[in-house]
Amino acid sequence: MIDLLQKLGHKTLSRFASIGRATQMLLGALLNVPNLRKGTPLLIKQLYMVGHQSLLIIMVSGLFIGMVLALQGYTVLVGYGAEDSLGPLVALSLLRELGPVVTALLFAGRAGSALTAEIGLMKATEQLSSLEMMAVDPLKRVVAPRFWAGFISMPLLALIFSAVAILGAHLVGVDWLGVDSGSFWSIMQSQVSLQQDIMNGLIKSFVFALIVTWIALYKGYDCIPTSEGISKATTETVVHSSLAVLGFDFVLTAVMFSS
Amino acid sequence: MNTRKIEILVGLFVALGVAAFVMLAMKVANAGISGNGETYTLQAKFDNIGSLKTRAPIKVGGVVIGRVDGIQIHPEEFVPVVSMSIDKTYECQFSDTTSVSILTSGILGEQYLGISPVIASDSAKQSCLGNEVVNQDEMDLDDLFGVESKALKNGDLITDTKSALVLEELIGQFLFNQGSE
Repeated sequence: MIDLLQKLGHKTLSRFASIGRATQMLLGALLNVPNLRKGTPLLIKQLYMVGHQSLLIIMVSGLFIGMVLALQGYTVLVGYGAEDSLGPLVALSLLRELGPVVTALLFAGRAGSALTAEIGLMKATEQLSSLEMMAVDPLKRVVAPRFWAGFISMPLLALIFSAVAILGAHLVGVDWLGVDSGSFWSIMQSQVSLQQDIMNGLIKSFVFALIVTWIALYKGYDCIPTSEGISKATTETVVHSSLAVLGFDFVLTAVMFSS
Repeated sequence: MNTRKIEILVGLFVALGVAAFVMLAMKVANAGISGNGETYTLQAKFDNIGSLKTRAPIKVGGVVIGRVDGIQIHPEEFVPVVSMSIDKTYECQFSDTTSVSILTSGILGEQYLGISPVIASDSAKQSCLGNEVVNQDEMDLDDLFGVESKALKNGDLITDTKSALVLEELIGQFLFNQGSE
């Protein structure tokens, strides 16, 4: 009985300690005064690794998700003679939900795992300790550029995802299934609002960017420096950030769109 | 890979992102054209608003000139009051005899507000805009009947309204009429 209590207490304390370490890492990385001359090339390198390298998977999945949405939506809507509403159906579901969420999930798998593995290996091979030996703050040199790269890239990727997906839906809905092109765009335009839909979607993807990059960096920075520890940390990154994204998505949707 | 190439590719990535945002804002949401122009507000009392929602369009002859801004219950009379935000260019153009009705687009469509405008007389327009009323001697048609109409300005209430048709009420009325025959 006492053992059980002790186990519970230990679990709770170590969970809090890890939240504390994660916050300490994030604040340490962000509150440092950035050196623009030295920091910008590092940031650009990471933007390339995190953002540009994820373009292909984001655009291809966006295209196919848009096409599938149009196909599925059309078969239901045509039964009511409402196939003209395909445009707003696709645009709203993409801008509000699928764009930010699917981008975040893909980003966690594509870029988050890479960040964790990279930093984890740096820790295992004691590169982080060597940086500290040279009086270079690894939080500033290694963690901060990666965090900002993720935070900037993901909203851009989500926007690209939604845009490509809407074009994919146009391809299937208008060019293949024969929805009228004019009503596809005009009903979409009358139903979608810049503040309500696009901006809220953008806020969502900023929140997801924060969550996913933070988890990925922390898991790498805090991993057990063995090959087994790195593999565990990488798995945890993908699992935890996917779950966190889905959970926060529900909360954000409830706050933004429930009224 | 050298720095220049990386920088170019990152530039491409950011440009793509911005292009996607512009495309979404302009092509998908149609911002700027009808979204954030200057508006003024009118109120209208209805008996029943059916399923009218905020952000429903307000149309004159099918052309959208504004959106429903909010729907409240009148604190004393307990009837719905709809506040409408209408494009500023139409301020002081409609007379206060203008009527508003709740209409439905299509069979399954959304409900919207249709305004049947009565154009305000010149003197009413001028006094509504706050200008001095000139050439008083010219008689308006309204003046002949001894009614002085005003032009609608910000905050005014439209009194001539037609409520939404509710299917159950229609059927009830129909059955009642059948029964009395």
